[in-house]
Amino acid sequence: MALLEIANVEASYGAVQALRGITLKVEAGAIVALLGANGAGKTSVLKTISGIVDPRRGSVRFDGKDITGMEPDRLVGLGMSHVPEGREIFRLRTVHENLILGAYRRNDSAAIASDIERMYSYFPILRERQRQRAGLLSGGQQQMLAISRALMARPRLILLDEPSLGLAPLLVKEIFGIIRRLRDEGITILVVEQNANMALDVADYGYIMEVGRIVLEDSAEALRNNPTVREFYLGISQEGTETQAGQRWKRKKQWR
Amino acid sequence: MNEFFQQLISGTAVGCVYALVALGFVLIYKATDVVNFAHGEVMMIGAFLGLTFIDTLHFPYWLGVIAAVACMTVFGALLNRFLLRPLAGQGILSVIVVTLGLSILLRAFASVMWGPETFPLETPFSRKVVRIADLVLSQEHVAIIVLTVLLVAALYAFFRYSRLGIAMQATSENQLAAYYVGIPVNRVHSMIWALGAAIAGIAGIMLAPISFVQVNMGYVGLKAFPAAVLGGFGSIPGAIVGGIIIGVVESMAVLYLPEGFNNVAAYLLLLIVLMVRPQGLFGVQTKRRV
Repeated sequence: MALLEIANVEASYGAVQALRGITLKVEAGAIVALLGANGAGKTSVLKTISGIVDPRRGSVRFDGKDITGMEPDRLVGLGMSHVPEGREIFRLRTVHENLILGAYRRNDSAAIASDIERMYSYFPILRERQRQRAGLLSGGQQQMLAISRALMARPRLILLDEPSLGLAPLLVKEIFGIIRRLRDEGITILVVEQNANMALDVADYGYIMEVGRIVLEDSAEALRNNPTVREFYLGISQEGTETQAGQRWKRKKQWR
Repeated sequence: MNEFFQQLISGTAVGCVYALVALGFVLIYKATDVVNFAHGEVMMIGAFLGLTFIDTLHFPYWLGVIAAVACMTVFGALLNRFLLRPLAGQGILSVIVVTLGLSILLRAFASVMWGPETFPLETPFSRKVVRIADLVLSQEHVAIIVLTVLLVAALYAFFRYSRLGIAMQATSENQLAAYYVGIPVNRVHSMIWALGAAIAGIAGIMLAPISFVQVNMGYVGLKAFPAAVLGGFGSIPGAIVGGIIIGVVESMAVLYLPEGFNNVAAYLLLLIVLMVRPQGLFGVQTKRRV
């Protein structure tokens, strides 16, 4: 049975319908990528899963339990952590306090202390800056802190929203290296990305979204070789040359 | 010179009460974005509860204080749960109307429950003095100052070192992020209301021997408001310093300014400070990200 299953989920912000029936599955121990252009609804999918947005229809099941519309703080207790878009760290609290807050639902202070050490070994720069206000960190460091803070809850599933957004290429590599390492440690990951190259590189399975719907799903391997995905998401045309932006309208996406 | 020091101490004592009311007020505002115009009345309810336990039910003084503060804690949490939480997502105007309405309701409730008279509250410090050299100070005033210092120190430690305290600050700073890390935001809001009401209750009981317990003692809230603004709305140290400054300025006005000025001195001071430093003494000009 899949760790996370969402079925026919619809959600809207006021009159704007963001999700028009999303069905997807995340198997335990896998990295699943959710790809799509800006405004396709990827972030809304994550927010619906983690309880920030309540779905209008459909169901969300986590570890066999129906969690549709459950409060976000309880989901953290069940083993789901969300690293949101824009990081949402506590800018006025220190790096150390941010990590402690990540473990808010836990009561095992010895293990919390050793987990903080583990985060500092993942990201040594955080150890150096542990007494500083988190708002003073650079964007990449804030992303590291956001991921570490989510890990402090000892989640089984992590929802990662645009971990590469605004980061230098070297940092993006480092972050995705950590994502791989987390999977090897047994954490299941659902990652939303615009950097499809990077995401399909680490993922086992992928979904592609367009305007509130899932239009394609397959193993990451197959998606990497799918001509339409190559052209529209990886920026490689059939002949292996870069696509020219001006020509994109001429070609139709095959799933339409 | 002695007169000056005595007036300084009594002004500081009253200022401490303003400071505590302003503190609860700012705590609630920072965490829940609610400007609680009824906070003075919440304080008044605390004083009446103290009166009930100590005077009517003959509890020993300190036990009565603890009982009253415990009731205030529950009262604050209930206010949040049944009055303010249903307003989540509503405009600022509804919140203002509700808290203003609450202040009228609480005053009416108190005059039905306890009557419109003025009640004295005996304390272990009543009619006793502290002598330092040839300075004669009322023990009540000194007790208020000492208690306030202890309370503020305890609150500082709570917010600095306890997990719940850090979580409360985190929730005030970024509510969405608090949800993401698994902080039960609604419960934390209720606890902040409980804390704010408890502090107001302590302030009310401390004020009782100075101003007597009466239905209109909530107007002290009108002084706590400039105290909070003076300190920089949203700053906790600012609320404390602002409260004490206003208390001292008022009592100095009694001494050095023509009669009647003590009532407006606080507002005059506030006007001057806001002209020179619009963000208040401890305030920072916040930039909101869009």
